[in-house]
Amino acid sequence: MKLLLDRIDEPGLNTLEVYERRGGYDALRKALQMTPEEALEQISESGLRGRGGAGFRMGQKAGFLPHGDMDKYLVCNADESEPGTFKDRELMQKNPHMLIEGIVIASWAAELGRAFIYIRGEYQLQADILEAAIAEALEAGYLGPRILDSEHSLELVLHRGAGAYICGEETGLLDSLEGKRGNPRLKPPFPAIEGLYHGPTLINNVETLCTVPAIIRLGGKDYAKLGTETSTGTKVVSVSGDVQRPGNYEVELGIPSRELIYDLAGGPFEGREIKFWFPGGSSSPVLTAEDLDVPYDFDSMAKAGSMLGSGAVIVVDDSHTVLEVAKKVAGFYAHESCGKCVPCREGTNWTVKMLRRIEAGEATPMDLDIMAGVQEQIIGNCLCVLGDAMAMPIGSMIEKFRGELEAEIEAARQRADAAALHDVVPLGVADPHAGPMPVHTAR
Amino acid sequence: MSAVPRFGHGSRVPGWDESVDLTKDPAVVPDKETTPVRPELREEIEAAMAKYPDRRSAVIPALHAAQAIHGWCSPEAIHQVAAVMQVTPAYLTSVATFYDMLENRPAPAGHHDVYVCTNISCSLRGADEILDAMVGAAALTEREVHVRSFECLGACDIAPMASVDGEYVGPLTLEDTRQIVEDLEAGRPVLRDKQLRFRKSADPGVAEEAGEWSPRDDAPRADTAGLTDETKELDRPGPTAAIEMPADEAAEEDGDDQ
Repeated sequence: MKLLLDRIDEPGLNTLEVYERRGGYDALRKALQMTPEEALEQISESGLRGRGGAGFRMGQKAGFLPHGDMDKYLVCNADESEPGTFKDRELMQKNPHMLIEGIVIASWAAELGRAFIYIRGEYQLQADILEAAIAEALEAGYLGPRILDSEHSLELVLHRGAGAYICGEETGLLDSLEGKRGNPRLKPPFPAIEGLYHGPTLINNVETLCTVPAIIRLGGKDYAKLGTETSTGTKVVSVSGDVQRPGNYEVELGIPSRELIYDLAGGPFEGREIKFWFPGGSSSPVLTAEDLDVPYDFDSMAKAGSMLGSGAVIVVDDSHTVLEVAKKVAGFYAHESCGKCVPCREGTNWTVKMLRRIEAGEATPMDLDIMAGVQEQIIGNCLCVLGDAMAMPIGSMIEKFRGELEAEIEAARQRADAAALHDVVPLGVADPHAGPMPVHTAR
Repeated sequence: MSAVPRFGHGSRVPGWDESVDLTKDPAVVPDKETTPVRPELREEIEAAMAKYPDRRSAVIPALHAAQAIHGWCSPEAIHQVAAVMQVTPAYLTSVATFYDMLENRPAPAGHHDVYVCTNISCSLRGADEILDAMVGAAALTEREVHVRSFECLGACDIAPMASVDGEYVGPLTLEDTRQIVEDLEAGRPVLRDKQLRFRKSADPGVAEEAGEWSPRDDAPRADTAGLTDETKELDRPGPTAAIEMPADEAAEEDGDDQ
């Protein structure tokens, strides 16, 4: 069943004309007939869980916002930067009005009058499309004061970021939206109590908000019949890496992962086999070919020792080494760590250095234990989960592929020793700022 | 063990002092009246500031606008933005150095930016070789083409891919890198048949012919979306972190809280 990707390739769907012809904004009309409490009740009954990574129930989160007349904000998190994730990009590019409709309904349910879309700066085409769609919706009276002659008013502003993964973290995003460096904040207070400009703020992912019109259309109870009991509905899954047909696939939650990777995405290339795969973006602990029959939903993935995350499957086949992928993962988080919390800033950097040591042939198998220890000390010790997001996959790689990494260490050592017999050991880099040369530089 | 490079001042991060002059006194908020700023830049920044309850929210759009004119976040560009926004240059520099898309190294206005994605999905499909080829191809042209590796650009379905002046293209082959440079030299759309904006959905359940995905030519701009006189009342600027608040004012605020 397609709710989000339904006929999404229809030409001109990004314009209001085509979207309205397909029954667009009817869900908004229906929602505005309800009271905000009734609309929120529908969202709660649907059991919709956040599609951005944490999987928190949207109805519950919206319910945390205080009632009453105050400055409350809705922020749509369109800073999609998790490696392997590209579902929001396709939704915003091809069906921007569905997102706008979802935002208007959600802001009605949460009783707030000001919303922002924080889109990552690299998505220039998508931002242009959204900007045009917002202007169209404003002209047609779906945004602005007294929407469709109801009591609901909403201002919607599109905000373009400038390239920082950490701004996808909700409090980092809020700081960035306030015009600062995107450093995460201490929680609590959670954004629902004190968020943007110190006001209560509801933050939801693009896909979550895009689902809201479908929930209102179907009714919360009927939507909850899709998927599994605890992971309701459909999910757009981005499949990429070593598969024949990478792309976005909308599936009901709970289908076997094998069906997703083999039947829809075409499986690995001819003569190759799946070595391991990330079920929820590069932040999720890796699973191996043995886990391919795990149902693709929030709880089954957690039970299998990983997570559904943002719903991005990255498949790695047997032509790649674990070390190569681990280096990319650690390098990414080291580059994107904002530097605020020490365990993350230092842990990501030292993990990269230790992985380079393996490659240079300077490591021993004991380094794997040290590296695993570093990962353990990052998890849970920072303001946000960026550090955890590196520690979990790296930790799982060490655990599941220890044999291969040990073999890699030994092979690299032998390579380096053989090279040392032929080459003159280089003395340290001549750097004018380096001060007096250390006495001992050769290894 | 190989030696860890150290610098004279003790920092191991090269280039940390490049965008500032350490011998000068800290710069104050520039004078709005006497700082020369191009009218179109001033208008764009002021329009951005009007969209938010707090003017400082417009820092990123303002720096983007200044960078488009100056080529990078040069001291001059920062000074002009600071004058229009009435914030200190240091505050703007702190923001400009945080984000990957804001350039802190000299670059001429009108240069081309090529971001080659080298994250997991793309590197599994050969992105590192594409990056090397792209660097090589860019070195052969007279045009200013700045090539850099970038973290996941969110287009793993067309891996390996690159963003050329914001246009997503992929999947790339090694030969495509030369074509990109040729297209840039000729001033035509880059790799038109590999642009993401024409790509169909991969899901077989989406049976529909694809069109072009870009806003209509006559599409209105949403610069002031939602900003009508009627709704302005809705919005009372909330207190934000006291970045440049004078000490006595800050003390007053603290007193109010208790």
